[in-house]
Amino acid sequence: MRKIITILLLAILSTASYSQIDPVLLRKTVRDTSGMIMNMDAVYNRPFLQLGKLPVALGGYAEANYQYLQEDGITEGHQFQMRRLTLFVSSSIAKRIKFLSEIEFEDGTKEINIEFASVDFEFAPLLNLRAGVVMNPIGAFNQNHDGPKWEFVDRPISATQMLPATWSNVGFGIFGKKYTKDWVYAYEAYLTNGFDDKIIDNAENKTFLPASKENKDRFEESFNGSPLFTGKVAVRNRNIGELGLSYMGGIYNKYEEDGLELDEKRKVNVYAVDFNTTLPKLNTYINAEWAWVNVNVPDTYTEQFGRKQQGGFIDFVQPVFKKPLFGFDKSVINAALRLEYVDWNKGTFKSTGGNISDELFSIVPAISWRPTAQTVIRLNYRYNWQKDILGNPPAKLAGFQFGVSTYF
Amino acid sequence: MQKFKIILVIVLVITGLVACEKMLPQAPPDDELLDGPVEGLSYEQNRRFLAGDVAFNDEVFTSQTGLGSIFVATSCGSCHAGDGKGHPFTTLTRFGQTDSTGNQFLHLGGPQLQNRALPGYLPETIPAGATFSKFTPPANTGLGFLELVSDADILAMADPMDSDGDGISGVPNYAFLPSFITPVANAIPRNGKYIHRFGKKAAAYNLLHQTVNAYNQDIGITSTFEPKDVYTGQNIDPEVSDVTVQNVVFYLQTLKAPVQRKQNDADVIAGKSIFIQSGCESCHKQSLKTGFSSITPLSNKTFHPYTDLLLHDMGPGLDDGYTEGNAKTAEWRTPPLWGLGLSPNSQGGQYFLMHDGRAKSIEEAIILHGGEGQRSKNNFQQLSSAEKQKLIKFLESL
Repeated sequence: MRKIITILLLAILSTASYSQIDPVLLRKTVRDTSGMIMNMDAVYNRPFLQLGKLPVALGGYAEANYQYLQEDGITEGHQFQMRRLTLFVSSSIAKRIKFLSEIEFEDGTKEINIEFASVDFEFAPLLNLRAGVVMNPIGAFNQNHDGPKWEFVDRPISATQMLPATWSNVGFGIFGKKYTKDWVYAYEAYLTNGFDDKIIDNAENKTFLPASKENKDRFEESFNGSPLFTGKVAVRNRNIGELGLSYMGGIYNKYEEDGLELDEKRKVNVYAVDFNTTLPKLNTYINAEWAWVNVNVPDTYTEQFGRKQQGGFIDFVQPVFKKPLFGFDKSVINAALRLEYVDWNKGTFKSTGGNISDELFSIVPAISWRPTAQTVIRLNYRYNWQKDILGNPPAKLAGFQFGVSTYF
Repeated sequence: MQKFKIILVIVLVITGLVACEKMLPQAPPDDELLDGPVEGLSYEQNRRFLAGDVAFNDEVFTSQTGLGSIFVATSCGSCHAGDGKGHPFTTLTRFGQTDSTGNQFLHLGGPQLQNRALPGYLPETIPAGATFSKFTPPANTGLGFLELVSDADILAMADPMDSDGDGISGVPNYAFLPSFITPVANAIPRNGKYIHRFGKKAAAYNLLHQTVNAYNQDIGITSTFEPKDVYTGQNIDPEVSDVTVQNVVFYLQTLKAPVQRKQNDADVIAGKSIFIQSGCESCHKQSLKTGFSSITPLSNKTFHPYTDLLLHDMGPGLDDGYTEGNAKTAEWRTPPLWGLGLSPNSQGGQYFLMHDGRAKSIEEAIILHGGEGQRSKNNFQQLSSAEKQKLIKFLESL
């Protein structure tokens, strides 16, 4: 009898599972094609699939690559990497209440992060409330980081090794937009949990904002009870492009515990500007971001940890072949170039007055093929020059990267 | 057809890129690098070398792994970039000892100043009345060879009474051993004291002694060898394992000796002759030899460090009023000159020479010699400009 029930159950389940992948029942969510999409919209500007009349839509992306890099004659050989597998779940809870979550598996399953998990309440176009795990809107990359959107295998170094992309925290905030004929104006403002003292006390041996991502407790409790403020204003013109100005700042250290003072309050301030445009006629896409970091580091601490940092990147993407290829009607081949610079320690040595280096310059030419807009196959050549804190002859790293990234 | 053209272009591009080795940065020539192991290590020794390399160059201490609470640097590599000489940024300050009676300021944080502190802590300051000296971190290369020079050979170079009348005496620094050090079998002690050889004042007996002190005094890291916390002065749990310490010691022992460049250059050859004729080699001995070692590539080798490992009186200009062990305040151990020309590659593109980095060029360093080095300095000053350049070119080739 048990066997019969088991067989029946399996039969029913197998029918159901067939139904779940029946493409007839899957429908794509409508995407905005107005040309007025901004970086802040990136979280919803993704392909989702909805099953029948279910209120939940699913999506995600994956990134896998091969690389062969060599630094001053030393190589780790051929490396195959599954960098990311990200799953999205979105839901329209009510007409103007939405939920979206993004869960990311990085480097296999070495890191599993909730990058975004928020409920949005729309009271008016200019007033929306967002609550949950939000992506702090500093610069543009942090919010607009999906692999398939980029022609480069690596994420920008300034965005991930100076700024802490992807940087998510629990909190609340408001955002809104105002449209006119050719313009759209937007703002975002959030209060979230924030950084901790690892930013100046870490094994990277440099002021390193991403070190705070090691603190998984930040999704549950604030390190010091002081909120981190992140705000951004942005403007987009249909013909010119988008310009964003953002700020993120707050106290990063534990200055008291159990009512006892431990240190003075020390702030971290981050300022960023981002810009993107598509040149008319040439169709060249240009995307740039630059950021400045100021950290209140005690004078009695080591200069190894910078008080000021700055860095950014600029990407040029030029479509060079835009015709059907291998049956892909909207196939595009792009030539691209990224230039990057990061100075992790801007200043001079007290002992000599000489410049503190700890900086990197990188150039990444690339070729990418997009059989569809949502999938990219990319070939990059990377060349980095990195100087240590003393400014000794730079370590030179170069190599080839080949990767695939696609929404699904 | 178009498809195949595109595929062909892509394949050609990929093949071209991958085939072009010039697109990948090659290793600098071996003689331009100070790091890297001696040739001939076994597989097992290579593994130990790599483990030591990681601990030395990659392991950065944080408050969670024991840094401080007061310290000078956060890692070994912070002070010895590329295993070369250090920069004033990580210069050490030692204070509190003026003669062989020992350090009178141990109760106030001596002998080393931990001039940096974790947030919320206060670093040390030099106590009133204490004399001090600043020590720029030395290069690490070839230390294993220096460790294996026998006491007998060191004593053979000593001339405490200046018997030969050349104005150069040279004495070893005899000092008591810390409890965790076992003297070598062929050591030649005197009144319970042993010849020390590492450090500006030759106050460290061997590389284990040097390493344990550096972990403790530079980074604030305790070990089973030195359990005393620099901040509290109390014994605490070890913050670095014995294995890691031993691996670092092995790494330092097996770093290659610097390789001289341009050995056949006429100016370099001429400069070497001038170096010897000027009397520099009286202290900066060109060649020494190692004794037996279980590490075959180090065993019974002749090498060229340009030091005698002895203390010499360098005159009042270099007398900071501070000393260690049995040395007098004006006495300094002859620093090895090998690797000298590569110093700017680890000192941020410029020279910081002499014990505290006060000399910004080789010539300035020579001019700062006094005491037992006075005669050689005078000889240098009498050289023609061309001869001086040849001498400096030779020193830069080391």
